Amino acid sequence: MARKTIQDKLAILADAAKYDASCASSGGQRRDSRDGKGLGSSGGAGICHAYAPDGRCISLLKILMTNFCIYDCVYCVNRLSSQVERARFTVDEVVHLTIEFYRRNYIEGLFLSSGIIRSPDDTMADMVRIARTLRERENFRGYIHLKTIPDASPDLIDEAGRWADRLSINVELPTEQALTQLAPEKSAQTIRKAMADVRARREAAKDTSHRGTRARRFAPAGQSTQMIVGADDATDGQILGSASQLYASYKLGRVYYSAFSPIPDSSHLLPLIRPPLMREHRLYQADWMMRFYGFAHEEIAPKSGMLDLQIDPKLAWALANRAHFPVDVNKAPREMLLRVPGFGPRSVDRILAARRHRTLRYEDLVPVGCVLRHARPFISLPGWSPRGLPDDENLRARFAPPPEQLSLF
Amino acid sequence: MRVVQLPHLGTVAAWRDEARMLALDGIPPEAVLWRVGADAGDLFGSAGAPAAVGPSVTLKLARDAVAGLETALCHSDPERFARAYDVVLRLARRDLRWGDRSDPAMCRLLLQEKAVRRDIHKMHAFVRFREVGLPTAPRRAFAAWFEPEHLIVEAAAPFFARRFGDMDWVIATPTVTARFEDGALSFDLSRSTARPPEDATEALWRTYFANIFNPARLMVSAMTSEMPRKYWKNLPEAALIPDMIRTAPARARAMQEAMPTFAPAYTDRLRPVRPTPITGPAVTLATMKPALDACRRCGLGVCASQAVAGEGLAQAALMIVGEQPGDAEDLSGRPFVGPAGQVFDRCATRVGLRRQDCYVTNAVKHFKFSARGKVRLHQRPDAAEIEACKWWLNLELREVAPRLVLAMGATAALSLTGNGADISGRRGSIETLPDGTRVLITLHPSHILRLTDPASKTNAEALLTQDLNQARQLAGLRSNTP
Repeated sequence: MARKTIQDKLAILADAAKYDASCASSGGQRRDSRDGKGLGSSGGAGICHAYAPDGRCISLLKILMTNFCIYDCVYCVNRLSSQVERARFTVDEVVHLTIEFYRRNYIEGLFLSSGIIRSPDDTMADMVRIARTLRERENFRGYIHLKTIPDASPDLIDEAGRWADRLSINVELPTEQALTQLAPEKSAQTIRKAMADVRARREAAKDTSHRGTRARRFAPAGQSTQMIVGADDATDGQILGSASQLYASYKLGRVYYSAFSPIPDSSHLLPLIRPPLMREHRLYQADWMMRFYGFAHEEIAPKSGMLDLQIDPKLAWALANRAHFPVDVNKAPREMLLRVPGFGPRSVDRILAARRHRTLRYEDLVPVGCVLRHARPFISLPGWSPRGLPDDENLRARFAPPPEQLSLF
Repeated sequence: MRVVQLPHLGTVAAWRDEARMLALDGIPPEAVLWRVGADAGDLFGSAGAPAAVGPSVTLKLARDAVAGLETALCHSDPERFARAYDVVLRLARRDLRWGDRSDPAMCRLLLQEKAVRRDIHKMHAFVRFREVGLPTAPRRAFAAWFEPEHLIVEAAAPFFARRFGDMDWVIATPTVTARFEDGALSFDLSRSTARPPEDATEALWRTYFANIFNPARLMVSAMTSEMPRKYWKNLPEAALIPDMIRTAPARARAMQEAMPTFAPAYTDRLRPVRPTPITGPAVTLATMKPALDACRRCGLGVCASQAVAGEGLAQAALMIVGEQPGDAEDLSGRPFVGPAGQVFDRCATRVGLRRQDCYVTNAVKHFKFSARGKVRLHQRPDAAEIEACKWWLNLELREVAPRLVLAMGATAALSLTGNGADISGRRGSIETLPDGTRVLITLHPSHILRLTDPASKTNAEALLTQDLNQARQLAGLRSNTP
């Protein structure tokens, strides 16, 4: 077999990495290279340098160090039993690609993940070596996101957090039971323990000693995780419950939901489906409602456990809780304004700022950024009264897409 | 009519100076004609009737207003200078509030500000450098051609200076060229529209772009809304997009139609086997932690980070039982290290009781909580959970065989004695179990934390201290005062 070129390896190892949804590069420590002694800057808002036709942003060089793996997770393209082509980058190859891409302004930094070779510790040590080389030898000040292997030793995780901006550990599946079934080599308990360690270390890194010296930095851009949606039979309610527990327990920056997507060489244990993209989208909307709109996860998912795919979850909540509406835009508190469909955190802040000076009228709402098509039945203010709309039985039909005749064949 | 000529470079700063002077002179907005670039002569003759002079205004604006105006002034709209001058005069006279979108001029200005910010952001994202010097040179040299929609080069370039501090670079646009050499940033009017020659690394980048794409999730509109087609002509990877879109459905179908495969024979040989923890009667204090972690006798284990086993002297004369681990204990895996643990330590130190002389544990070994935003709220374990965890507490009791057990709080009392009655009447008393084990009942330290009134706080703390002292004496431990 001919030796693989760096181009061949990049093709294989980028292909193997694309099932990780995260590509965020925001937050973390502010750094720049204005001193002329290094390369790169980070902190503040992330930048998406390109978009692939799947609509996903490309902000980081997202690759696997290797797609050889001794774990056999049924849903994964790189599982031990899969017969995909394998490759492995050397430390220098990853460093070279990162630096050359970065200098051409293609990327914000590196998102490195890996299959597990030999042992979790060996693999993690190689990944840490890449991050350290970038920081120490190349003076790289861009963003580094390391996928952490939960079974790796605490010392390696500690060093990973020293070089990386963000660490992430995937919970993979919403329930422990599903993980045991589909990823028998992984342990949900070890994953949670590893996330707990990352949180504890981050909190320790923020403390100052009694002399005022700061502890060494540790993953300043926080940690995140990912859940695969649609590979097991967990309901949206279970998924959101699990996510809200993770947010509360480990102070995660993000939980990513990844619709289970067809992979080359699938396992007979898990038949392929069309990726549930709309479900994924609704879960993200629900996630935003938990994080920015003050909803508790129990409020969002209906009794059936599944989110309505036709209308967004905030609208669905408003339709199911009509007793709270209409809301008086000039008097309602922030928490209630945030629950009005078509109002976002920014438009609510603008409403509150404007309210301090005068009474808002209906025509003021469009320039403020409200989506009146959604908001109209749920608000009242000078210039607009919803009359019977909040109680209209056919209200949902105004928002849902028109029913379609199913194909007879 | 007053004609103001603004330069092509430093336009915004020049506008700011001019606007300040015009306002001082009391020139109203309708009497100013704003121009950019060299004077081409006014078609209507600039020397019309002298402008009517209004009251003199000193421009003093809030910082966010200045930043917003300066951004909005990078817009390509020729009316922007006049609009901004009108707005600043009204802001300075307090006829208008910054951010008031009900005013049409303000609303327009803010929309333009947003458009400019987006254009700057897209420039930061979509500039593609090509190497024009030697890769081995001490300072490597790169060049790029970019076509922004608005006049943003001067506003957008400092970002590149901060990011690419150790290399020389040039970004040419149809109007202005930014140049960064030896750490100094400068701007010129563009003289040529030549694109830098292609760079070998672009082939690698295209490979990456083609392979990071998942054909099963084709969503073209999501791509074009963030990466509009107008930018494509200067992006090396964009040439691949039409083909990627065209072949995606067939590729996704092929993946779905391919027969799923069975695991090859080597799979079982290579996959690692996770050691199963020892369970059942064979568990001892030493092997307890992994078995506890894996315990699913009740539902709490699937939510907590880990189980918290007891800690301390294996043959202690005094065993102290609390309720359940809290947030801090769940993270660290050790009992009584959180706020309640600190209260306990404070009281114990007062009576010379050292933790290393006792065995400290909880009635329930996993943290029970409810998630509220970014925090976990402690929830009391119910009777079934206490009962399920009793197995572990019994194991600890059997192995440690203490002379006395101190039950802190109602949960510990319920677990140990089977009696969950209110402990305010029971505290300080000793209850004997059927097997002869003596249990001293006291308050839980977290009860003290929950009290708000300082007097009852002090009182409760005194009671706990008193009970700890009694426990130490009954267990026959010496007082070790530091």
